[in-house]
Amino acid sequence: MSVATIQSRRAWLLSDRPASRLQARLGRAYVAWRRFSANRLALIGLLIIIALLVVAALADVLAPYSPTIGDLKNARLLAPSAAHWFGTDDLGRDIYSRIVYGSRWTLYVVILVAIIAAPIGLLVGTIAGYAGGWTDTILMRITDIFLAFPKLVLALAFVAALGPGIENAVLAIAVTSWPPYARIARAETLTVRNSDYIKAVQLMGASPFRIVLRHIMPLCISSLIIRVTLDMAGIILTAAGLGFLGLGAQPPLPEWGAMIASGRRFILDQWWVAAAPGAAILIVSLGFNLLGDGLRDALDPRSGDQ
Amino acid sequence: MSVAENQAAAGRGSVRAVAVLSSLGRFLVIAVTTYLGLLAVTFFIGRVIPIDPVLAVLGDRAPIAVVERTRREMGLDLPWIEQFYLYVKSALSGDFGTSVLTTNPVMTDIRRVFPATIELATLGTITGAVIGVPLGVLAAVKRGSLIDQIARIVGLIGYSVPIFWLGLLGLVLFYAKLQWIAFPARLDVVYEYTFTPITGFYLLDAAIQGQWDVFYDAWRHIVLPAALLGYLSLAYISRMTRSFMLNELAQEYIVAARAKGLSETRIIWGHALRNAAVPMVTVIALSYANLLEGSVLTETVFSWPGIGLYITNSLQNADMNAVLGGTIAIGSVFIAINLFSDLLYRLLDPRTKTG
Repeated sequence: MSVATIQSRRAWLLSDRPASRLQARLGRAYVAWRRFSANRLALIGLLIIIALLVVAALADVLAPYSPTIGDLKNARLLAPSAAHWFGTDDLGRDIYSRIVYGSRWTLYVVILVAIIAAPIGLLVGTIAGYAGGWTDTILMRITDIFLAFPKLVLALAFVAALGPGIENAVLAIAVTSWPPYARIARAETLTVRNSDYIKAVQLMGASPFRIVLRHIMPLCISSLIIRVTLDMAGIILTAAGLGFLGLGAQPPLPEWGAMIASGRRFILDQWWVAAAPGAAILIVSLGFNLLGDGLRDALDPRSGDQ
Repeated sequence: MSVAENQAAAGRGSVRAVAVLSSLGRFLVIAVTTYLGLLAVTFFIGRVIPIDPVLAVLGDRAPIAVVERTRREMGLDLPWIEQFYLYVKSALSGDFGTSVLTTNPVMTDIRRVFPATIELATLGTITGAVIGVPLGVLAAVKRGSLIDQIARIVGLIGYSVPIFWLGLLGLVLFYAKLQWIAFPARLDVVYEYTFTPITGFYLLDAAIQGQWDVFYDAWRHIVLPAALLGYLSLAYISRMTRSFMLNELAQEYIVAARAKGLSETRIIWGHALRNAAVPMVTVIALSYANLLEGSVLTETVFSWPGIGLYITNSLQNADMNAVLGGTIAIGSVFIAINLFSDLLYRLLDPRTKTG
């Protein structure tokens, strides 16, 4: 591709007068990407998350051993070596393979929590913001009450009642993590509620339901995505904490938190059993935090680098 | 609100009294609804989710007569709303039922274990504030410098690391390899019988009684878990301090102070930090509340006999009364700290008074 065509493409993307909706959208995305990719730490975060997705997708290819069936006779608690990169655990299972498969459960948890909690928050926030009055007061009071609760302890109590398991852990985390999204969605709704385009849609006879769904919710999405990305690390840590306490994923699932718990018994002599899954949690959480920070700076320049 | 407070408020007269009164009124409404909300959630968890709450409390091996009696004692034959009313009433009088595991009333157990958690969380917050505030200030003043980068990385890792894992690695290094600290517990077994706690805060008790060998032993047990919690709170406090300080340093009064010829030290630590102090009190209070919660995992790793270990032990034994009592205890303190820091912010910061 010649320099001239690249430059004309840039000009097309950065045009002040986009000829189509697609051009405007691509242009905006381009500007955001330029701002995002100037941030080295954010790029590292993005790379970590892409790596996580690739590892989860290709787990069958990447893992040399079974994640659940070990060699009890010959391979119990082996130190890291060429055959077993991160060593083996007390049931003779290859820790590297278990971590590779564990990435799927980490993704499972964060994606499920996000698609349960974010829509709840979005719905509560936009309805409260658009309806105003008593509806707003009551919904926001409930949100504030949930916001004032200790999340991990409440999630613990929920799982205690529901019974241990990864689905119940997801449910407990989702129940405790929607309030910030409701706050954000409400704030966004309040800023656009009285704008001219909403008045125009109202004049055209759109129902409140349609206005909230089609004209207000889409505007809340970008700030919501930033917040969800920033929360991902917290979700992973809470899920791992529940797994560590034996309330999340149950054996033999290769969930990272539960793997640390099983390594705890051998921590003083065979430290690698617990060390590797913890490092995996740290790296992935770090990736989400870096990505979230970068997205916030790129999509929401107002917040600066504070 | 008491008459004395009313009179004191009226004495100051004018707009301010009204503002204080209305913010106190608002505060009370919020406090009451939030606490009721907490009880509603624990009521829901304890009574609605389990198919048979009696079974959840007694286990499936209790004789029929006991099950029937407990069902009546718990008021399960009453309508929901009445059940909730009774639940709130008993919770307010500190009655959370009896723990199956320890056979004590849950409240007695909580009173016994709470000081250990408070001791740990307090030491952690002090560590976090003492290191976090100067680190945040330096990061803001020397923005973009090496120290800013270091503060950022330290903070990011603090936000991303599983604390229980860091605790385990700490035990491997400092206990097993270097032998700098004592094994996971609160005191060595030797002292369990010779030492009588007064307040329940062992460091303080040992110092009061002048038992310096006990003090040293307690210190060797608490130092690593407290340092870990301190790290969590440091990550949060330094990040917020940096943000507040950047805000203050961009204000015009800083330029004025410079024009007056004040030294940089005086401007930064005397003027800017002082103006950032009010929101920072809030941040430190919130970080304290978070540590109370964070202690659940830390206490489990370090066998620290606080409320966190109490809850997780009860969980493992399906002791729902104890779990929910512990949840309410942590929740109440958490909510109280949240609300008081909010109130404090409103009362201390003149900008929020007429708002």
